Amino acid sequence: MEYTIVVGLEVHSELNTKTKCFCGCKNEFGDKPNTNCCPVCTAMPGALPVLNRDAVEKAILMGLAVGCKINNYSVFERKNYFYPDLSKAYQISQLEYPLCVGGGLEIEVDGKKKFIHLNRIHLEEDAGKLIHDNSGTLVDYNRGGVPLIEIVSEPDMNSAEEAVAYLEKLRSTLLYVGVSDCKMQEGSIRFDVNISVNKPGEPLGTRTELKNLNSFRAVQRAINYESNRQIEVLESGGKVIQETRRWDDEKGKTYTMRTKEDSQDYRYFPDPDLIPLNVSDEYIESIRTRLPKLAPERVAEYIKLGLTEQDANLLTAEKKYSDFFEKVLSYFNEPKFVCNWITAEVFKKLNAFEIDDREILVDAKSLAEMLEMYKNGEINQAGARKIFDIIWEKGGEPKKLVEELGLAQMNDEGALKEIIAKIVADNPKAVAELKAGNQKTMAFFVGQAMKATQGKANPKMVSSIVMELIK
Amino acid sequence: MNYLDLSLTQVKSALDKGEITSQELVKLCFEQIEKTKDLNALNSTYFDLAMARAKEIDAKRAKGEDVGVLGGVPIVIKDNINMLGTKTTCSSKFLENFDSPYNATVTQKLLDAGAIIIGKANMDEFAMGSSNENSAFGAVKNPVDETRVPGGSSGGSAATVAAKQCFASLGTDTGGSIREPSSFCGVVGIKPTYGRVSRYGVVAFASSLDQVGALTRTVEDNATMLNVLAGADKMDMTASHTPVADNTSKLNDGVKGIKIGVAKQFYTEALSPEVRDNLQKALDWYKESGAELVEIDLPSLDTALAVYYVISSAEAASNLARFDGIRYGVRAKDYTDLVDLYFKSRTQGFGKEVKRRIMLGNYVLSSGYYDAFYRKAKRVQKVIRNEFLQAFEKCDVLISPTTASPAFKLGEKANDHVAMYLTDIFTVPINIAGVPALSMPCGKTSEGLPVGMQIIGKHFDEPTIYQVANAFEKAHKGGE
Repeated sequence: MEYTIVVGLEVHSELNTKTKCFCGCKNEFGDKPNTNCCPVCTAMPGALPVLNRDAVEKAILMGLAVGCKINNYSVFERKNYFYPDLSKAYQISQLEYPLCVGGGLEIEVDGKKKFIHLNRIHLEEDAGKLIHDNSGTLVDYNRGGVPLIEIVSEPDMNSAEEAVAYLEKLRSTLLYVGVSDCKMQEGSIRFDVNISVNKPGEPLGTRTELKNLNSFRAVQRAINYESNRQIEVLESGGKVIQETRRWDDEKGKTYTMRTKEDSQDYRYFPDPDLIPLNVSDEYIESIRTRLPKLAPERVAEYIKLGLTEQDANLLTAEKKYSDFFEKVLSYFNEPKFVCNWITAEVFKKLNAFEIDDREILVDAKSLAEMLEMYKNGEINQAGARKIFDIIWEKGGEPKKLVEELGLAQMNDEGALKEIIAKIVADNPKAVAELKAGNQKTMAFFVGQAMKATQGKANPKMVSSIVMELIK
Repeated sequence: MNYLDLSLTQVKSALDKGEITSQELVKLCFEQIEKTKDLNALNSTYFDLAMARAKEIDAKRAKGEDVGVLGGVPIVIKDNINMLGTKTTCSSKFLENFDSPYNATVTQKLLDAGAIIIGKANMDEFAMGSSNENSAFGAVKNPVDETRVPGGSSGGSAATVAAKQCFASLGTDTGGSIREPSSFCGVVGIKPTYGRVSRYGVVAFASSLDQVGALTRTVEDNATMLNVLAGADKMDMTASHTPVADNTSKLNDGVKGIKIGVAKQFYTEALSPEVRDNLQKALDWYKESGAELVEIDLPSLDTALAVYYVISSAEAASNLARFDGIRYGVRAKDYTDLVDLYFKSRTQGFGKEVKRRIMLGNYVLSSGYYDAFYRKAKRVQKVIRNEFLQAFEKCDVLISPTTASPAFKLGEKANDHVAMYLTDIFTVPINIAGVPALSMPCGKTSEGLPVGMQIIGKHFDEPTIYQVANAFEKAHKGGE
C-alpha cells in the first residue's frame, strides 16, 4: 500500500476500587439505578470531593507496571461541559500535570516486535449513564464518580493488527496488576482511536478521532474502515477534515459526530476543591513493592523450565492462564506436558467464548491428576479428552471417573494380540497396502483396534503389534 | 432587663445560671423578629423546630447535663448553608424550593455545641453582591438606617445580629461578604484564614476564596463562635489540619508591644473623611496603649480587585454549572430539547448579577483567553500573597478601614456595577492572600452610621486578631 496508517489510542479503564474516586459510595456495576449515590456524586449544592487514596495508588501501580515516570506533583482539573449524566457539569480530570508520564509496552505482530510509547496515564472520574425508555430519558448516577485511568499512547501503531496487539497487551497488564476487571461488555474498559494516513516521507495527515468503541473487533474494523475512507478521500482529491467520528458497529461505518469548528471548549482549570496531589518518592517506592510478577518475568521463568518462548508467551497472555498453569504445576510438575495440554485443550474451550467470558472452569488439581494418569499411560488421549470434558463441565475426580467409565488403558499385550490378529486376518487389502509402505494405513488399524476395545487400547502398543504380525 | 441586649457570652451565662430558659429566649427572639420584619433579614424561620430543641436543652440543663458552649443560644445561619429540615435557597429563584439534603459541617458543629438555629438569613443571590440588593426575595434594610443597605452578601446575617433577632449568625465571605456588612451594620465579623473552617455543605461561590465566619455583637462572642466552627474535616480537603488555637486565650492580653502595620495603600484618596478620622483615632489609641505602629508597603494591593473578579468569576461559572435543571431546582416547562432545557432553566432561575459573573467566568477560562486572564490572575495572586507574608515579618497585625465609606443608600449603586465592586476594595485582598481579617465598629459618622475597622492577621493567627480587637472594644464600650 502506498499510504502509511498512523494510529494512537486512548484507553479508559475503570479502577476496581471499593468506593468511588471522590466520595464513599460503592463502586459496583449492575446495582439498582441511583442506589450508590450521595450528595457528592449527585452534585448537591455545597458537596465537596475528597480524593480516594486507593484510586491514586492503583493508578500509580499501573503507571509503574508500564514503566511510567510517576510525577511527584500532579493537579486535578475541571473539564467543564453540560450533559445530564455529568452531575456537576464538570468532570474532575487531569490535564497539565498528569499523575504518570512516559513508559510503554512491547507488542509483537507477525513475529515482529515493536515498542509502543505511552504519553501519559491520568486519573479522572467516570460519568453516570443515560437510560432511554418509553417514558423518556432517565439518568443513573451509580457510575458517576467511579475512578478511571486514561491511558494515552503515542501515535506509534501503523495497522489495525498492531492496535489490537497493543490493546491486548494493555488489557493483560491491567489484569496482571489487578487494578481493573477490564470487562468490555460492562464498559469498564473503553477505547478511542486517533487515526490518520499519509504517504511515506510526507508529514502526518489530518487525524480523525473515533469514539464509541468497546471491543477489540470494533477497533480492528473501525481502523480498517476509517483508514480506507481517508485514503479514498485523498485519492479523489479531497481533504480529510479534523473531526470526531462515531463508529457504528452494526453498519460497520464511521459517521461525523462533530467537527473541529463545533468542538467544545472545556475551559479546564485546576479544581480549587482538591489540593494538588503530592506523592513522595518513598511513597511511590512503597507502592512499587506491591507490583505483582508481570508477564515478561514469567516468560523468562517458563523458558527456564524448558518451554519455548512462543509457548511461554501464550501461557502468560493473561494472568489467569499463567496462574492456572503454575497451580497445575504445583500438583504435577511436568511443565512441557502441562503447557501442551493448556495451550491446546484449555484454550480450545476458552476460545469458544467472548474475551470477557473466558473463565477456566476446571480445577487445577483435577486437571493435574488427569494429566498424570495420561502421562503414565494409565489412560490414552481419547480417555484423557473424555475425562477433561467431564471435569470441565461438572467437575469430579479423574481417578474415580476412569474407573466408573472403564477408561483405563488396555496395556495387556496378549489380549491386544488376539484382537489385532483378527483385524489383520479380516483386512487383507489393508495389510497389503501397509506392507507396500503406505504408513497411513496404520491409522486404519489403530482405529479398528480402538473400536474393538471401546477406545481403551494403548495406541503405541497397537502399532507395534500390527507391525509384528504382518512381518 | 432585656435579655436581647446581652451579648452571646452574657446570655449563655444567664441561661447557665437559670435566670432565663432557652424557650423564653427563643420566644423573645421571635417577638423581635416579628417587630423588625420590615428589615427582611431572614428568608425563613423555624419556630416549632427551635422551641422543640430549646425544650430539650432546657431539660438537659435542668438535669445538670452538658449542653455545649452555645447551649440554648438562638443563632441564625446564612441561607447558603445546608441544614436538614430547612430550605437552602441562596436567595435564588433557582433554589426557591430546595430542601437541604444533609447538614453542612458548620451546621453540625453549631448543633453539637448546643446552638438553636432559628432561621436563615437573606443574602445576595449565591453570595454575589455587596449590598444585599441582589436577592430574589427582596433587599435587606440596614437596622441602623432603614434607607440604607446592610452591605452584602451576608446582609441578612449582619442585620439580624444588629437588630437583636439572635445572638450570633453565620455568614460567608469570598471578597468581603462578612466584613463589609459587619462594618455597615456595626457588628463584629470575621473572615477566618482560608482553610480554618470547613466549607462542606456551604453552597460554593468561589471555592478557593470562600470561608464561613461568624457575625456577633462582641469580639469575645466572635472568638467563642470561631472556636466552635474551626477545624479539619474529612469531607473537605481544603480544610486545614493546622491545630486550632483557643481563640479566646489572648482576649485580655492587651496590646502593649504589639506591632500594628499600617499600609498607605489602604488609606487612599477614596476614603471618606469621616472614615479616615475614625481610623486615625483608633490608630492613635493603639499607639497610646503601647502598640507600635509600623509602616508597611503593599505595592500590589490595587491589583487585588481585578485578580478577584477573574478568579472568583471563573470558579463561580464552574460551581454554578450544576444548577442545570436536571436533578433539582428550576426546570423550565416549555423546553424543546436538552440545550433549550439548560438555556431556559438557567435563564429563568438566575438573577442578573449571577448571570454577569457566569459570563465573565466562562470568558476568562475560554480557550485563547485563559493565559491572559486566569493564569495571569493566579500569578498576581501569588505576588499579593507574598507581599502580605513579607508585611507580617514586620508586624503582628495590619489595620485598615473595612470600607472606604459607610453604608450607602438603597438603590444608590444598583446600576453602577463598578462602583458596587469598588466597595470591596479593602476586603478583597484579604481573600486573595488567604489571611484572616475581622471587621469591628470603630466609631460613627456624624449621621450616626457605623464605621468599620479591619484587623488583618497572619495565616491561622486569629487569636492575635481577637486580642487586638478586644483591647479596643473594651476601651470603647458605649460607642465612644
